[in-house]
Amino acid sequence: MSAGAASRPRPAVHVGRLETLRHRPLLVAAGGLVALGAVVVAGVALGNVALPVGDTIGILARHLLGWPVTATWPASAETIVFDLRLPRVLTAVVVGAGLAVAGTTFQGLLRNPLADPYVLGTASGAALGAALAVLIPVRIALLGFGLLHLFAFVGALLAVAAVWRLSRQTSLSSLTALLLTGYAVGSLLAAGLSVAMYASGAQLRQIVFYLLGGFSGASWPQLAAATPLVVVGSLLILARARSLNALLLGEEAAANLGIAVRRERAILLALAALVTAAAVAVSGLVGFVGLVVPHLVRLLVGPNARVVLPLSAIVGAAFLALADLVARIPGELPVGVVTAIVGAPFFLLILRRARAGYEV
Amino acid sequence: MRDGYELSGVSLTYGRRTVLDGLDLHIGAGECVAVLGPNGAGKSTLLRVLTGHAPERRGAVHLDGIPLEEYSRETLARRVAVVPGEASLPFAARVEEVVALGRVPHEDPLRGMRAADHAAVAAAIERVGIADLVGRDARRLSLGERQLVVLAMALAQAPRILILDEPTVHLDLRHQVDVMELLVQLNSRDGVGVVAVLHDLSLAAHFFPRLILLDRGRIVADGAPDEVLSPERIRAVYGVDPALVRR
Repeated sequence: MSAGAASRPRPAVHVGRLETLRHRPLLVAAGGLVALGAVVVAGVALGNVALPVGDTIGILARHLLGWPVTATWPASAETIVFDLRLPRVLTAVVVGAGLAVAGTTFQGLLRNPLADPYVLGTASGAALGAALAVLIPVRIALLGFGLLHLFAFVGALLAVAAVWRLSRQTSLSSLTALLLTGYAVGSLLAAGLSVAMYASGAQLRQIVFYLLGGFSGASWPQLAAATPLVVVGSLLILARARSLNALLLGEEAAANLGIAVRRERAILLALAALVTAAAVAVSGLVGFVGLVVPHLVRLLVGPNARVVLPLSAIVGAAFLALADLVARIPGELPVGVVTAIVGAPFFLLILRRARAGYEV
Repeated sequence: MRDGYELSGVSLTYGRRTVLDGLDLHIGAGECVAVLGPNGAGKSTLLRVLTGHAPERRGAVHLDGIPLEEYSRETLARRVAVVPGEASLPFAARVEEVVALGRVPHEDPLRGMRAADHAAVAAAIERVGIADLVGRDARRLSLGERQLVVLAMALAQAPRILILDEPTVHLDLRHQVDVMELLVQLNSRDGVGVVAVLHDLSLAAHFFPRLILLDRGRIVADGAPDEVLSPERIRAVYGVDPALVRR
């Protein structure tokens, strides 16, 4: 500033100081990937029949990476790994990554720390879809897909589309309108779900099983269908990280920063809904991952979406694969129960000890 | 068509209330202009018109000879930066990360900030004098400090025209003067156009060569401080004793 201000010494900006946190995302990424690798190996090795960790790594290295490892294990071990456990563990990885990315996106779009992937009706839409599929007496199953997966996927997308359309007909500000419409549509669909459950009789257990979420029904074809949707959707969201960052400051400020707010919001919402729908179609409703993981990552590295999105994917994948492993140990607990039991105290602990300089 | 902003017949009504009433106005690209007026005179609405946030307005607005509607948001953001009256964040963010948002219209959508962007952020922080705030959570700052952070963000945007809505309202006297001097320097040294809504008539008269006085949606005076802030006009527009405004 000019002469008047010159009398007061001011500290100069050291660019180095601005960059002190630059390495932290790399550390978190490295730690997350190591944890993810360890959880995947453990998830494949452990179960009703425990496989030696060495054999597990050998089987995975030989068949996935093509390394010349001599087979010292029985053929049954390979069957367990490839037919039973690997699709299950990888489904948890993909769903965990997808829910964390979708959660990050919804929280940023709605500027709401309480948002999660289910906030705009995806959960109740998917649940009602799944319940209707259970009630329909026709049984169609093709390559491991049932009507349930299809209806859940479509239900989630239709619910978000309805929320989007209806929210634009209100006179409220767009964010308030989205959240309130999401709540209203969600409540309506939940009522439909209750009716479906009431009418389901003996099939009630099947619906409840879906609502609690889990990976015991995971299969390669399901994984092959969900993975491209989650991966491509997440990458397209990442390519729009700039918009998510600008939207932190609100609609008008984002527009002043050069963001076409309406268009970007619609695109990001559609992508996050697609990722969520793909995830819930194969896993049911797994809670907590999409809410907590983005916050955990932001605590470590700050709010920059370009960093938070990929790190959330890694951490979400590791977390859900771990939760699924824990769920199997006592003999098939619903994984959503585990994510809450493991995640909630952990999250509370982090909130109490948030000394990283970032807070929720 | 002249450069800068050219408004002709700009009116805006919210329901039955007329907020802007047929404004004709030219603000050159390199000018330093303060917009004054009592609460509800239409000052902030005028800024919203300039920044393209009032699609319901009537009349024509041109920026550098081109209708404002024809600018994409991104092109406009490279020319015009806005310091809003208020800014809030849903998540904790360090001061430098907030300032870095000013690079959004310039950064590569895929690769993000590069060396030039980081340099612009550091320079903006230096220039506004908030280096001592670096590393702090922007949400934990005082209102005045936050105002300075948002100003630094707008500077990082490297605009040709800077639009500010009451940029000094939460600042102590020292910082009010600092910000005024910074705006004057940006204008005279860097050729950045400045359009600022101000409430403090003395500050405006002291630092700005051109004042625009709005009252009930109309321009009642436009010119040098001495012409605009005559005792009779202060009494007529603000309804106060002109002696309260010390020059």
